[in-house]
Amino acid sequence: MSGTMNLTLKVWRQKNKNDKGAFATYQVKDISPDMSFLEMFDVLNEQLISKGETPIAFDHDCREGICGMCSMYINGRPHGPLKGVTTCQLHMRSFHDGDTIVVEPWRAQAFPVIKDLVVDRSSFDRIIASGGFVSVNTGNTKDANNILIGKEDADEAFSAAACIGCGACVAACKNASAMLFVSAKISQLAMLPQGDPERKRRAENMVETMDEEGFGSCTNTGACSAECPKEISLEHIARMNREYFGAKFTSQNVK
Amino acid sequence: MKLDAKIPEGPLESKWTKYRSKVPLVNPANKRNLEVIVVGSGLAGSSAAASLAEMGYKVKVFCFQDSPRRAHSIAAQGGINAAKNYQNDGDSVYRLFYDTIKGGDYRAREANVYRLAEVSVNIIDQCVAQGVPFAREYGGLLKNRSFGGTQVKRTFYAAGQTGQQLLLGAYSALQRQIGMGNVQMFARHEMLDVVVIDGKARGIIARDLVTGNLERHFGHAVLLCTGGYGNVFYLSTNAMGSNVTAAWKAHRKGAFFANPCFTQIHPTCIPVSGDHQSKLTLMSESLRNDGRIWVPKKAGDTRHPNDIPEEERDYYLERRYPAFGNLVPRDVASRAAKERCDAGFGVGNSKQAVYLDFKSNLINKYGRAEAAKLGIQNPSMEKLIALGKEVVKEEYGNLFDMYKQITGEDPYEVPMRIYPAVHYTMGGLWVDYNLMTTIPGLYALGEANFSDHGANRLGASALMQGLADGYFVIPYTIGAYLSSEIKTKAIPTDHPAFEEAEKNVKSTINQLFSIKGSKSVDYFHKRLGKIMWDKCGMARNEKGLISAIDEIRALRAEFWKEVRVPGSADEFNPELEKAGRVADFLELGELMCVDALDRKESCGGHFREEYEEDGEALRDDDNYKYVAAWEYKENTQWNLNKEDLVYENITIAKRSYK
Repeated sequence: MSGTMNLTLKVWRQKNKNDKGAFATYQVKDISPDMSFLEMFDVLNEQLISKGETPIAFDHDCREGICGMCSMYINGRPHGPLKGVTTCQLHMRSFHDGDTIVVEPWRAQAFPVIKDLVVDRSSFDRIIASGGFVSVNTGNTKDANNILIGKEDADEAFSAAACIGCGACVAACKNASAMLFVSAKISQLAMLPQGDPERKRRAENMVETMDEEGFGSCTNTGACSAECPKEISLEHIARMNREYFGAKFTSQNVK
Repeated sequence: MKLDAKIPEGPLESKWTKYRSKVPLVNPANKRNLEVIVVGSGLAGSSAAASLAEMGYKVKVFCFQDSPRRAHSIAAQGGINAAKNYQNDGDSVYRLFYDTIKGGDYRAREANVYRLAEVSVNIIDQCVAQGVPFAREYGGLLKNRSFGGTQVKRTFYAAGQTGQQLLLGAYSALQRQIGMGNVQMFARHEMLDVVVIDGKARGIIARDLVTGNLERHFGHAVLLCTGGYGNVFYLSTNAMGSNVTAAWKAHRKGAFFANPCFTQIHPTCIPVSGDHQSKLTLMSESLRNDGRIWVPKKAGDTRHPNDIPEEERDYYLERRYPAFGNLVPRDVASRAAKERCDAGFGVGNSKQAVYLDFKSNLINKYGRAEAAKLGIQNPSMEKLIALGKEVVKEEYGNLFDMYKQITGEDPYEVPMRIYPAVHYTMGGLWVDYNLMTTIPGLYALGEANFSDHGANRLGASALMQGLADGYFVIPYTIGAYLSSEIKTKAIPTDHPAFEEAEKNVKSTINQLFSIKGSKSVDYFHKRLGKIMWDKCGMARNEKGLISAIDEIRALRAEFWKEVRVPGSADEFNPELEKAGRVADFLELGELMCVDALDRKESCGGHFREEYEEDGEALRDDDNYKYVAAWEYKENTQWNLNKEDLVYENITIAKRSYK
């Protein structure tokens, strides 16, 4: 591996949700290319603590790209420059000595800032609570192999279910739309026989909650899918639209 | 105190069925007045909360992450075991039970493990009904693969993201109950104490991590589903936030801690790359299905792995353990890797790594099979590799991408470099057959308890246990306790016990801020981790453990004099959260060493260098066939209570995978 690097970081600092917030500039030295982006932030935070300053708050947990907790907007892109990679799996070898890196939180009305780079994504949970499930109580089941699901359908459902709920799609969208996130769940369950009985209610309820939470409209730009760390396909949005319109045309519960 | 495991009478095969049918019930009207607190939202927590809410109990769930879907169960990769025998390869409930007991080196309770094997089949049914997209055959049936320590294919999976899919299944069941108003969710909340009134667990003190407010919550019962304590080592495959705090607070309030020294070191993790390392990443055990582990036959060989010819490679697992080969259990594989590296055969810059190589299966197993399917005669090597790659990609694609992302090397071209790392903790809060700790009304589920894996857990069994406890055990066993609580009215949270508990939490927080020392929390955590890894890690000995105890005590004293916690208590303050967790790890670390010192035998993940035979662990069943359940006294002093393990159905034998 090549030598270490010195970098300039411009990081969004905001004390709490009521604070206006501003960028602050920091220097970090001797960063190894083998470090992850978050480990570089650990180094910066240690520096700040030793100087008696407040470390930068950022969300992170598994650091293996699966929990969906990390959420930095790096140089104008959610999760940084690489395709199909979360911030925690982004490594410093993707940067160069002398670079200036700008780091912001997710910006969306439905994701208010809690502190610095940490935002509130509980709107996603509320969307799932409104229909992102199969209504089956524990124990009400039959033998798993009694439900046959063709491999293609199972694979397609899995590719939608791979969504980690990080919110990069919303952050990437100029309208802060949550269509990719919502469609991933609707599409997964629409592909499977288990999801069939509730498919109309699900599509209607989840879309309604999405709108209530203040997410924007979809204009089919495709930035969501391009920036998605799990590369969730736009096809799911198409399938969701089909599900939604189908439900609306025949809906029994028009509100 | 005499430990009563409350194992039902009768033959092993009918214990659970009979007990389940006789356990007292709570009628639906009464359930609505009974409140249950669930701490942690991983597989055990989410599944328990959803199931109890479906039954009619009032449930409150707490997690420190921003959403219940983030819990670290999400990172489990390879799969979940179940005795379905879909492959017609001789699997059965008894065989899964036997494999688990043997895999745990005969240090687990027979009755609990048998129940686990029994309900394993229901878990798969439940998850499929929820829409969990498991891997399938073209005909639409479920697919299986094999895992370590077994000779059947009983592992169900979803690529290398099984934990994610199972957790999202449980999470969606939980969200459904939240949406229906049956569960109240408290995300970004951390439990900081358990409230005990008249000897029974009656609630918790939690800190709202956003506002910093301390809250009091009452519950007729409290379920700790808070995972393991592997982060005591600083570097582990656990998530950054995984911690022992909830379990440790319960321990200090009277819950016994069992077998704390039983730690699982997973053989296939990505090696440490430098001092900046904040965590380690697992490469699923399922990769050992298709990857062969080797080191060069010549010590200090610096050639590129692809330049080392077949006959100069030492496939040491296949050599030492011909019956199980690369699929020996984790403890065995980890020790074997350490042995090779210590002897000078390690690879990579650090020499603390071995190769996990997919080339031969890529070509011979998958490439040739695909070529035959496609009717390609005499396929070229390139064609075979390309065909094999497609299959491997489907089975483990995300893992290969992850490896490449972290190391910068392409594992399709160059063998993976792997080394053991802390992964799971078999020890945990002592629980009886009902999953109740030694505090009445306080339960521990999933990795947080000690019950099912003995001294070593088999791969793909953690997911099984978490969901078994949550979906199929606690909904029944909690009735045994709550049926006698129907007359207990909700206790107001201005009760002196709540006041007292909150006061103590507040004073600990104030104390942390008042130190104003010169060193960060991470500084202490890293030092603790190093002591634990060097002296209570893959190999332990008396001298090392005695010195580790002294070092930990000194470090703890230094922590309380020198730690610096910036900011204040009434704001979102991740450094404060870490400080509280590390303070608890600094006590737990000592107990782990005390336990390791007491256990003068080698078994499973606990390898005492003094007790070995030809490099294999030497168990001492005459003197140590017990669960060590530690009772907290004051000032980090403990009393040892022993639960003797009785084997009525299995003949204990030397564990051999040769």
